[in-house]
Formats: sequence, structure tokens, C-alpha cells
Amino acid sequence: MRRCGHGHCWLLGTLAFFYLVLLSGVEADAKSDHHSENGHHQNASSISGIPIVTFKWHHVETPYTVALWIIVAGLCKLVIEANHHVTNVIPESALLICSGFILGGMVWGADKKQTFKLNPTVFFYYLLPQIILDAGYSMPNKLFFTNLGGILLHAVIGTCWNAATVGLSLWGCHMGGAMGDLDIGLLQYLLFGSLLSAVDPVAVIAVFEQVHVNEVLFIMVFGESLLNDGVTVVLFNVFDSFVSLGGPAINAAEIVKGIISFFVVAFGGSLVGLVFGLLLSLLTRCTKNIQIIEPGFVFVVGYLSYLTAEMLSLSAILSITFCGVCCQKYMNANMDEKSVTTVRYAMKVLANGSETMIFVFLGITAIDKTIWVWNTGFILLTLLFVLVYRVIGVFFLTWIQNKFRLVPLDLMDRIIMSYGGLRGAVAYGLAALLDENKIKEKPLMIGTTLIIVYFTVVLQGITMKPLVTWLKVKRATNNELTLIEKVQNKVFNHMLVAIEDISGQKGNNYMRDKWTHFEEKWMSWFLMKPSARKKHDHLFNIFHMINLKDALEYVDKGESNGTLEFIRNDTAFIDFKKNYEDDFSDVSMPDLTIDMGDDTIANPYARQTRDAVPSISLEMHKQTNYGLRESENINTHHLLQQHLYKSRNQHRFRYSRSHFDLNQDENEVQEIFQRTMRNRLESFKSAKLGVAPPKPITKHPRKDTQKKMPNGKSTEKRSYYSGDEAGIENPSFMPDLDPRAPVQIPPWLAEGELDSTAGVAPSQRAQAGLPRTPSNLNRLAPLRISTRSTDFPTSSSSQQSNELPPPPSPPPYHPHKI
Amino acid sequence: MGSSKSSLRHIPNAQELIQDTGFSAAHIQRLYERFDLLDRDQMGRLRVPDFEAISHLAMNPIGDRIIAAFFSPGKDTVDFPSFVRILAHFQPTDDNRTRDSSGKEPYNSPNRKLQFAFQLYDQDGDGKISRAELLQVLQEMLGMQVTDELLQSIAERAIQEADLDQDDAISFDEFKKCLEKVDIDQKMRIGFLS
Repeated sequence: MRRCGHGHCWLLGTLAFFYLVLLSGVEADAKSDHHSENGHHQNASSISGIPIVTFKWHHVETPYTVALWIIVAGLCKLVIEANHHVTNVIPESALLICSGFILGGMVWGADKKQTFKLNPTVFFYYLLPQIILDAGYSMPNKLFFTNLGGILLHAVIGTCWNAATVGLSLWGCHMGGAMGDLDIGLLQYLLFGSLLSAVDPVAVIAVFEQVHVNEVLFIMVFGESLLNDGVTVVLFNVFDSFVSLGGPAINAAEIVKGIISFFVVAFGGSLVGLVFGLLLSLLTRCTKNIQIIEPGFVFVVGYLSYLTAEMLSLSAILSITFCGVCCQKYMNANMDEKSVTTVRYAMKVLANGSETMIFVFLGITAIDKTIWVWNTGFILLTLLFVLVYRVIGVFFLTWIQNKFRLVPLDLMDRIIMSYGGLRGAVAYGLAALLDENKIKEKPLMIGTTLIIVYFTVVLQGITMKPLVTWLKVKRATNNELTLIEKVQNKVFNHMLVAIEDISGQKGNNYMRDKWTHFEEKWMSWFLMKPSARKKHDHLFNIFHMINLKDALEYVDKGESNGTLEFIRNDTAFIDFKKNYEDDFSDVSMPDLTIDMGDDTIANPYARQTRDAVPSISLEMHKQTNYGLRESENINTHHLLQQHLYKSRNQHRFRYSRSHFDLNQDENEVQEIFQRTMRNRLESFKSAKLGVAPPKPITKHPRKDTQKKMPNGKSTEKRSYYSGDEAGIENPSFMPDLDPRAPVQIPPWLAEGELDSTAGVAPSQRAQAGLPRTPSNLNRLAPLRISTRSTDFPTSSSSQQSNELPPPPSPPPYHPHKI
Repeated sequence: MGSSKSSLRHIPNAQELIQDTGFSAAHIQRLYERFDLLDRDQMGRLRVPDFEAISHLAMNPIGDRIIAAFFSPGKDTVDFPSFVRILAHFQPTDDNRTRDSSGKEPYNSPNRKLQFAFQLYDQDGDGKISRAELLQVLQEMLGMQVTDELLQSIAERAIQEADLDQDDAISFDEFKKCLEKVDIDQKMRIGFLS
């Protein structure tokens, strides 16, 4: 981007501008041509010769314009992102709106009228769904459902409060004469209030992305913005009907109907979403043979859920949100790694694109003479009421919330929450849907809505970050922490997380346990691929002891079956795969070694955020300078800061629209895991084998009962390590490697390995008479994905035989010399 | 939670535990259920593998140490009262209970909490955190991107900052002094059930 330089961007921009002007000119011409063509229909075929090339604008008009606008929006974004200094101060959304102004100005200059604007239909059917789908799909489920009570409180009651108060206050002011002569009745005020009440998800994401707040705060505001659609839709429709019915027709029955419709719309919408989500999961369950079409399903089914809800006049946003929320887990489990990445990335692309277009068009829509109806009182009062009532509403509701919360929301959180009540394109879309016959002052309303949207997105967006910084600085204590303190803080964090895990404390446990139980038993069975289900099942219980136990029994069984033939005979090769195909055909072995797409178990740290200790990530690093040692000091501090493992609390959730972090935290988790496992294996080994010093032992495949076990163990251990890249979810699945082949053994494990392969004294059990051990036990580690993996003490050999993966062709093995 | 008193009957020493640790009956009940869940071979005692079976714990850099903290030195099983007593360290500090009935300091006092934290470092139990022990903890907690020399220098620095009596190790008192500005109660507490 730097290399592109500003020059090129401006060039592109100007190019686009000219193109656009040209086009709008041409379009105007084409339109007139078209009309005249229609009029002189009979004479249309009067051509004088064969045209070599004709300019068939009207054939491609619509798609061309659409494509062009997409490109222009993209170009605007390019220009904006060219300079990060600007985007740090002014959020991107604000800049996009400004570019919208400029573009609108250009078009207006060329056309003298507003040719393009944010059409509500286009907005609601083509631009909004993918944003919401992305929001639902990348929603942190655990966090969301833990805070669901609070979110619902704000979404439902907060929105109703906003609508009611704004509408009533405006009406009050109207009665008081502050707005001059307007033809708006009470119902219309309420309608206006309701369309302005909704906090907009698009705007929230756009602004909060710049300002990293703690997860609880974010999920509150964001969840509210998503769920309040249920309320907004209802309120809007109800008041719209009331306006149509007229004042006198409203009686208690109608009001009751209105309330009932809320429940129907909200729950109905969610239900539709849920159904489609389940459908989607089912579909992906069955696509193991054609993985290439998997990503497509998400988008189409998601869109269908949106449209279905819309068709049934239920809340479409709720529907598509819950579709995304519901299908996440199963999609990630069922789909191939590549598909998962594709889906995530494609969703981000679409959502990003839509958002850009929405903001640009929001800007363009402003340049329209018809809506420039200025009524100072109306506009200013609306603005005032919207802001003030939001603050009041939030503070009141969070006060109620804090009575029930474990970790109360503090003042700063509440300030941010109230300040973060941004209105956006949804409000505009609803305003544009108003019927001008019933509502005479529609232009004024649209104009006011736009002004409010601009105010919240632009001004509040710009000031949000400084506000947070200022508040934080005011409250931050000014200590220079010692190294011990820093380390200890981290230790505390990890400690808390560990104790939480041990004691099983995570909020409302009973319900959650019940749900998890139900979910594991029924839903996973129904919706997840069998192989995926197995992967989920307590994989961490399987390694070390079980591996070793299995090693013993494998040998046991293998001998009795004669399946270790290949050991005796170097040329023999047994196709294990043939026997156990059913279990393994859908587990792509090599892939699993590389990818760590299975987020739910591989990275509970990465994917799930915890609600215990909130932290604000706007760090203020104070560097004081005292003395020479200081630089050293700073370095060590800095090093510590940089490299300490993040505990769960600090893994920032990846809700960002534009940052697509692929598996960053997984390395960390993998590494912790490997190290822990190595420690455990070592401790287990020393426990099991007593304190006999390691003796190098010759290995003769044909003889010696005693040597088998240790060799088995050592090679097994080695092969375990060589599977480092296997990722956490499958320590057991590893590529079949020649142990002699240059294996990518990470340096920190190399020494451990040297120790282990020196040979170990055999255990009692090993001595007790194992007929034979395969010289190469590469396949020992990749043993089990049994659903009953925890029953190792008396694991039957039948269980054994089901799960042995295919062996490699037996590579030669060089014994250790004594 | 219904008739909690009666359902506590199958928990051994429940009353004593309630007295000792400051957990309520509901808490004890809940912890017992958890203990039961973890205890896979149903022998009334937890072993190291039972702890290791908790999947998330495997991903904790200091998971092993925490597990070890549950086991008294020399023993390799944990029974329910010990389990509860360790967890009692993580209760919020109750200022009113400075001394319980038997005159011992309650488990959730800041001092006891600090002792627990200290114990995590001091694996050999000699009452001091030596450089090697600190280095070990640092190794576990820092990414593997940091080389050993750097880690050693960090450890050395840390000891220099904290070590007041110049014995090249951090004693419990020095540790406490280091952390006096930290709100221990805030850092070492989790909500149990409510």
C-alpha cells in the first residue's frame, strides 16, 4: 500500500470520477434515447448500413452501474486506508461518509439531480444480510449467551424506552410550539421515535473496531444492536399501522395485538433462524464427498433464512443472526479446514464490502435537494433527545443489571455503553420506507435521520477513542511495575483460569451443564460428522498413559494376530487401512497434521473469551528514564510484556471486520501443550520405570522380550515429537514418518529426545513376557479416537483393533549400540 | 437449593468444612458435585490424571504447578476436604473473619493467598524462590521465542529487584513486600456460585 503511493490513488480516484460523470451523462442520454426509441418504435429499425460496433448501453446498464459503484466504493476505501495516521483519528466509517458526500456532489454536479441514493430495498435485501450473517457467524457464543440477560434487557427495554421517550418528548415540544408549524401527530412522532431508537450493528462494529474495549462491554453493545431489530421492526410496524388506522381506531385490543406481535416477531424470527441454522449444519454433515461446495451453502442458506423471515413478516435480522450463531460450531466441526477458512474469509470480504458501500451511499444520499428541509427546532431537539435519553436509559438499566451481575459494570463501561449507542443505516432505511402519503413531513424526517446518523457515526466515532483514552488515563494508577509484579500478574491470571477450570466455575452452571449435556448427546450426534464428533471427544484424555498402555496391548494383540509380520519380514506390508476403512476414511490424516481449524477444542483459549476479568487494551506504556541500567531494565520489561503467554482473559476476540488472524494463538497453545505433554510423559516414565538410569539397549527384532518395550516407547516418543506440527487436536494423528528422516524437531525438544532415546529400563510389565515389539512403532501414538477413550484400564483388544491407523512401509531402524 | 442440610449428609465432614473454609453449604454441595465428576474411578480421591483430564488445563502454562499445589507433599491423592481447602484460598477476603474458631488464619486471607502463590514458585519447599525455580516459571510462562540467556537475565533482574537481604533468592517476606501494592484479593478470587 505504501508502495502504491498517494499519486496512484489520486489518479485512480480522478479516473473513477471522470468515468462516473461520463456514465451519468451517458445514462441520461441513454434514458432519453430509450424513451424516444419507445416512442418511435416502428422507426427503430431504420439503419443505413451494417454497424460494426454499437454502443449498447441499455443492455448492460444495471449490472454495469452496480459493478462500477462497487469499484468506486472500493477505491474510496483504498484512498482512505492509504494513510493510517488519519484512520487512527477518524474512523473509517466517517471518512467513507465524507467520500460519499464528495461523490454525491460530483454526481449532482453532473446530473443536477440525485441519480443514486441508498435505496431501501437494495439496502435491506442486498447490503445488510451479509453483514449480519458475518456478525452472527463470528459471534463469540459463550460470551454472548452468558451475557444474554443483560443484552436482552438493553435490547428490548432500552429500545422501547428510547422510542417512547424520544417520540413523546418531541411531541411535547411540538405541542409547546418549539418546532413551528409541522404537520405531525403524536403517532407519527412515536413512529419517528421508533425508527430512531435502534442502535445500529454496522456502525457499532465500525466504530468499536478502532477502540478496543473489553469483551463484556463490546458484547453488550453489539448484542444489543443485533437483537434490538426484533423490537424496532415491531415498533415500526405497529406504529405504522396505527398511523394508517388513524387515531380513533386505536383501542386496547390493538395495543394488546401490538404487544403480542412483538413476541411473535422476535421469537418467530429467532426460530426461523434456528431452523435454518440446523438445516445448514445438517447439510454440511453430508458433504464429505464434495467439499468444494460447502462454503456456498452457508451464504445461500443464511440468505434464505433472512428472506424467509422477511416473507413471514418476522424479524429478519434476528433470523439471520441466530442462523449464524447456531451453525457456527457444527460448521467448524464438519467442514474441511479449507472450507472453514474460505467461509470466514469470504464472509469478511462480503461484509466489509457491504459496509463500505452502505457508508458511501449514506453520504451520497445526503446530496438531495428534496430532503434539505431545515427545521432547527426539530432537528436539534431530536438530536438532543436521542443522546440524552440514551444516556439515561443505559445508566438506569445497567444499575439494574449490576444488582445481578457478578462483576459489576463500572462507570467507565457505562459511559462507553451510552456513548456507543450509534445510529446508522438501518434507521435511514426505515425512514426511507415511510409512506409519504400518510406522513407529510417525510423529507424532514429523512433529513433529520441522516443528520443524526452522521452525528453519531462521524462525531461520536471520532471522539470515542479519545474519550476512552482520557477516561482510562484518569483512572489508571501510575506505577512502574517491577518484573516480579508483572510475572506475578500473569501467574495470577493463569492461576485463576486454572482454578476456574478445576472447580468448574463458569457462571450459571446448572443450566449450562444441562445444555451442554443435551447438546453433546443429541445435537452433536445429529448434526456433526461422526469423525468430527470423535475428535471432540475428550481428546486430551488420551495421550501419555493411554498411549503407553495401548503400546503394550498393541504389541500383545499384534503378535497374536500375526499382524506384526512386517517386522519379521522386511518386505511384507500390511494394509491396515483396508480393515479399518470405515473409521478412517473420513479422517484425512495428512491434513490434520498441518491444520488447526478445529477451533472449539484446539483453541478454547483462542476462541472463547472469558467474562471474569475485563481488561481494556488501550495500554499506556510509561517509560521512565533513570540511570544506565534503565535501558536494560526496559528491555527486560519489554521482553516480558511481549512474550508472556496470554491467559484466556486476554485473548481478544476476533470480531474485527478487517483483521483476519489465522491461527495466531494456536502456536502458543500448541507449544504450551507440547511442553506439558512432554513433562508428563517424562514424569510418567520415571514413575513407571523406577529410578533405574537409562541404559542403552541393543535392539534385535527377533529376540529379546525385554527390549521391546523401551524401544517401543522411545520410538513412540520420538514419533510423537515428530508430529509436532500435528496441532493440539490430534496429538495422536501424525504423518507416517521415517524416524530416521530429518524430522522437524523443534530445538527445545531435541534435548529431551536425546535423553529419551538413550534407552530405558524396561518396566515390569514389559518384562513379563511380550513376545515381540515392532521395531518401528510410529503408529503407536496415532491410536485412538475411540469415544470411550477414557476407559483404558481394561481396554479390550477389540477396541484396539478398530482404531489402528495405517502403518507406513516399515523403514529400517538402527538399533542403539551399547 | 432445597434442603441443603440433608443433602450434605453424604459429604464427610461437611459441617467442619463449612466452618473451616467459609464456604456455604450450597458451595460445598456444588464443589462436591464437581469433585465427584472429576473423580473418574469413584474412589473418593482425586489423582493427578483426574486433574489432567480437564482439557483446558492442559493449555495453561502453569497448569501442572496448579495441579501439584493440590497435593500435599508426599501424597499422591487428594481427598475432598483438601480439595475444598485449596479452593477456599480463592474466596473473596472476608474482613470479618480474621480468625476462625480454631484460631488459624482463614484460607482466604491475603496472607494465605500469597502463600499459595509463593508455593507455586517454590517447588522444593525450602521457603525461598531460587534463581533456578524462577527461571523455570519464566520458561513456562514465556513463549519459546525467548532464548535461555534472555530468560536468565530476566530472572536475575527480577531477583535483584526483589531480593533485599542479598541471598540471591526471594523469601516469602520479600515476595510479600514486592507485591504489597497489588490487590491480592482482587487478583485471586473467583465467584463460587454467587
